[in-house]
Amino acid sequence: MSPFLCLLVRDMKLATRSGGGAALALSFFALVATLVPLGIGADLKLLARVAGGILWVGAVLAALLSLDRLFQGDYDDGSLELIALAPLPLELTSFAKIAAHWLSTGLPLTVLSPLLALMFNLPGDATLTLFLSLLIGTPAVSAIGAIGASLTLSLRRGGLILPLIILPLLSPAVIFGAGAVAAKMDGFSPLGPLELLGAFSLAAVLLSPFAAAASVRLNLSG
Amino acid sequence: MISSLTAEKLACVRGERRLFDGLSFRVKAGQALAVEGANGAGKTSLLRLIAGFLAPAAGTLTLTEDGKAITDAEERGRFIGWLGHQDGLKPQFTVIEQLRFYSQLYAAARTGEEDVLEQVGLTRQRDLPCRYLSAGQKRRLALARLVVSNRPLWLLDEPFAALDAAGQAMIGRLMAIHCGSGGMVVAATHDPLGLGNESLKL
Repeated sequence: MSPFLCLLVRDMKLATRSGGGAALALSFFALVATLVPLGIGADLKLLARVAGGILWVGAVLAALLSLDRLFQGDYDDGSLELIALAPLPLELTSFAKIAAHWLSTGLPLTVLSPLLALMFNLPGDATLTLFLSLLIGTPAVSAIGAIGASLTLSLRRGGLILPLIILPLLSPAVIFGAGAVAAKMDGFSPLGPLELLGAFSLAAVLLSPFAAAASVRLNLSG
Repeated sequence: MISSLTAEKLACVRGERRLFDGLSFRVKAGQALAVEGANGAGKTSLLRLIAGFLAPAAGTLTLTEDGKAITDAEERGRFIGWLGHQDGLKPQFTVIEQLRFYSQLYAAARTGEEDVLEQVGLTRQRDLPCRYLSAGQKRRLALARLVVSNRPLWLLDEPFAALDAAGQAMIGRLMAIHCGSGGMVVAATHDPLGLGNESLKL
C-alpha cells in the first residue's frame, strides 16, 4: 500500500472506531432533521420549502463536529510529527486526511439525506437535487474544514473557535446547495446553482491542502 | 547510504530567548552523539531543528548521502527516525496494526514486524489495543516503530524515560545494532548512552 493510501485507510479506521466521531456526526444530522419538523409542526408545504436549507445547514454542522479531530488528535499524541517525516509531502498528507474525512462523514451524510428528506415531505425530484448538491458540496466542507482545523491546532479548546473560522467560508456552499433545491421546487433547472457549487467545491478541494499544510508546518515549529 | 550529519554554527531562538549559538558538530555513519544539558538548555529544540520542524535562526545543517550534500529540511526528514516525548500511538489500534501502519507509511523496505515485536518484548501484546499498554510498554512499542521505520538517522528525545532496567538495556542494544549497521543516533539524554559515543554539552 502506498503511504497516501495507508494514511487514508488509517484515518477512516480511526473515524469509524469507538470515539472516532463518524457515527456521532450521522446521529447529530438525523436528530436535527427530526427535531426541526417537530418544532415547525405539520405544515407540509412549509416543511418542503425549508427542507433544502435545513438539511444543508444540518449537514455542515454535523460535519463540523468531527472536524477538530482531523489534525488535533494526531497533534496531541505526537503522531503528526511522525506523519510529517513520512515520504509524503504535507500537502498530500492534508489531502489524504480531507479525503478520509469526506469518505467517513460527508459521504454517509449525503447517503442519509434522502431518508431525512422524507420527514420534510420533499418531492422526489427535489430530493434527488438535494442528494446531488450534498454529493458535490460536502467535499468543500471537509476541505475548508481542514484549513480551520489546522489553524486551531495548537490552541486549547480550538474546537470552539473552529466554527467561527469556517462557517463564513462555507456560506457559498450552503447558498448554492440549498439554492439548487429551491430552484428545483420552483420548477426551474437546478443546474446553475449546482455548477457554481461544483466550481466552489473543486477550488476548495484543490487549494485547501496547500493552506492546511502550511498551517501544519507553522504549528509543528511552535 | 548516509555518511554524515554536519552542523555548522547553528543558532536557535525560541520566543525572545537565544537557546544556543555557534553550535557545530559532526556525526558520522556508525556513530552516536549524546546531547546533554540542563532542563531548558535546548536539547529538544536541537532535535527538532535536525528533524526540520524548526528552522535554525542561523547556521546550516547538512546531511551527506553518497557524497551529495542535502540541506533541504524536508528532504532531510526522509532520513529521520523520530522518538519524541510522545509515543504517537492511537489507543484504538492494536500493537501490530500500529506497527504495520508506520512501516507502510514510511514505505520501509524491511518487513518482519513480528521479529521486531519479539526484540522489544511485546509479542504477547501483539493484538492488544494500545489503550491497555503501560507507559513502559508504549515506549517499547515506540521503539519498535523506530526500528521498523528503517531510517538511518535516529533522533531520540529522552529515550530511557519510562523504561525499566531491562528496557534500558534493550534500547542500548538496539542503538548498538543500529550504529553497527551504519546508522547514526543523536540522543538527548541525562543518562550515559553506553556506546562509547561523543557527547555535546548545551
